[in-house]
Amino acid sequence: MNVAPRLTGLVGDMTAPALLELDHVSISYPTPDGILTAVEDVSFKIAAGERLVLLGPSGCGKSTLLRAVGGFLKPSAGELRMNGRRIGAPGPDRMTVFQEFDQLLPWRTVLGNVRYALERGKSLPRRDAEGIARRWLERVGLKNFVDAFPHTLSGGMKQRVAIARAFALEPALLLMDEPFAALDALTRRQMQDELLKLCEETGNTALFVTHGIDEAIRVGTRILALTPHPGRLAATFDVPPEVRVRGSSGFGELERRIQETVFSAAGIDHV
Amino acid sequence: MSDIAAPKLVHAPALRRALAGTPWRRFVILAGFALTWELYACWLDNALLLPTLGATLSALWSAVLSGELPNRAATSLRVLITGYALGVAIAAVLTTLAALSRWGNEALGLLTSMFNPLPAIALLPIALLWFGVGTPSLIFVIVHSVLWPVALACYSGFLAVPPTLRMAGRNLGLSGGRFVAEILVPAAFPQILSGLRIGWAFAWRTLIAAELVFGVSARSGGIGWFIYTSRAQLETASVFAGLLTVILIGLVVEGVIFRSLTRITVQRWGQVQT
Repeated sequence: MNVAPRLTGLVGDMTAPALLELDHVSISYPTPDGILTAVEDVSFKIAAGERLVLLGPSGCGKSTLLRAVGGFLKPSAGELRMNGRRIGAPGPDRMTVFQEFDQLLPWRTVLGNVRYALERGKSLPRRDAEGIARRWLERVGLKNFVDAFPHTLSGGMKQRVAIARAFALEPALLLMDEPFAALDALTRRQMQDELLKLCEETGNTALFVTHGIDEAIRVGTRILALTPHPGRLAATFDVPPEVRVRGSSGFGELERRIQETVFSAAGIDHV
Repeated sequence: MSDIAAPKLVHAPALRRALAGTPWRRFVILAGFALTWELYACWLDNALLLPTLGATLSALWSAVLSGELPNRAATSLRVLITGYALGVAIAAVLTTLAALSRWGNEALGLLTSMFNPLPAIALLPIALLWFGVGTPSLIFVIVHSVLWPVALACYSGFLAVPPTLRMAGRNLGLSGGRFVAEILVPAAFPQILSGLRIGWAFAWRTLIAAELVFGVSARSGGIGWFIYTSRAQLETASVFAGLLTVILIGLVVEGVIFRSLTRITVQRWGQVQT
């Protein structure tokens, strides 16, 4: 079982064709007190079919990195490439599931939200969009809520809608920005399991951001740990399928290793 | 994922259901007000200062039957709706530019802070100079009274749109006018709606005030002119009838148009509480 961290700056299988490539990326932005460097000199690659998790405590710039991949932020140095092309504006090839519940359009129903995304993001005619939307909403267990408005749903259900919307557009790369952080512990576990199932069924490539070690092991095939202030890559861990099972000895072992190598080194006891 | 079951609802008692959603408390208050007016006017017994409610209603009724008041009201409303539509349209263009460019943003901020505090009626002398006595002058001041509050409301509504919602829209590749029309406008609709309400109220009172100042001509004047001429002829009951008409039209617009608009939009979307 390979759970040993490889402490290198540039990680990823160099032979596999990279879907996403970050090349010495730094991101900084101005604050009232001066220029803040959120991310410094981060390089990694994601191959098709991988689920890469950016793991780290708050302030390690993991969400900033995800936004840059989404095209919402520009790097101050380095380059982000998707299929060899530099990332510019946001686009539906990188559908994002955000942590905040207000990512759904409150004036559209559950079905309307997913259908609208398909109409605009994939330029599908209304009829086709509606069919695909219904199929995906059924898949995330919201068959009985297609005509509900988002404000009548619970937080977990809103996130299900957002996940259905993201998957429905069949993005080349699925971006997830701590999508379960605002949910209660029970719902979060359930959502992790269901997301894992969807990912495995569709074989979608994903970039997932979290500060939970257990969540990272559960959903990822590879984990990149970051240290804060400014965000830098600290270590990478491969997650073999047998380790992904909650309660298995490998799971606990990997969790302990990540805890020791990353969070203890950064002077953080527990996250 | 497994299906989540829909919640079950139980019906409320019949009487509560019948009364719920009707403004019955308002009718009680209105009746109390009417009674007080009638009793006080009877006690005062001076039709020149305060006619009774009955006299006012009969003046209103005969003015309606003679066709004078409906004509006056139609004249006023025609001018009002023209000015209102024009003002809202200009506000829409300005706020779209402001949402899309930094220059537009600065321009709108400067213009609204300059012109919003300026009472529209204060522009009437200028309007009379530029457009002469007539409908164009009225429309000019109405546009001014609508434009700035509506633009300000749209703009502050746009600023309050959650960043996540903006990103969700841009994630679909939306930009420019489509982003404004399909994401920002509906997201800011609670503020836009209250801006439209304020704009309507401003336009209405600006129009009546302007009509009181100059009546266009006796032939084509609006409700303001009706009130003015009635006072000049010491027909106080007709003055009150004119005022009542102004109030009634205001109530219909607020109670029917804006209320239904609120119900089918922002209340349904959960953007405001009932």
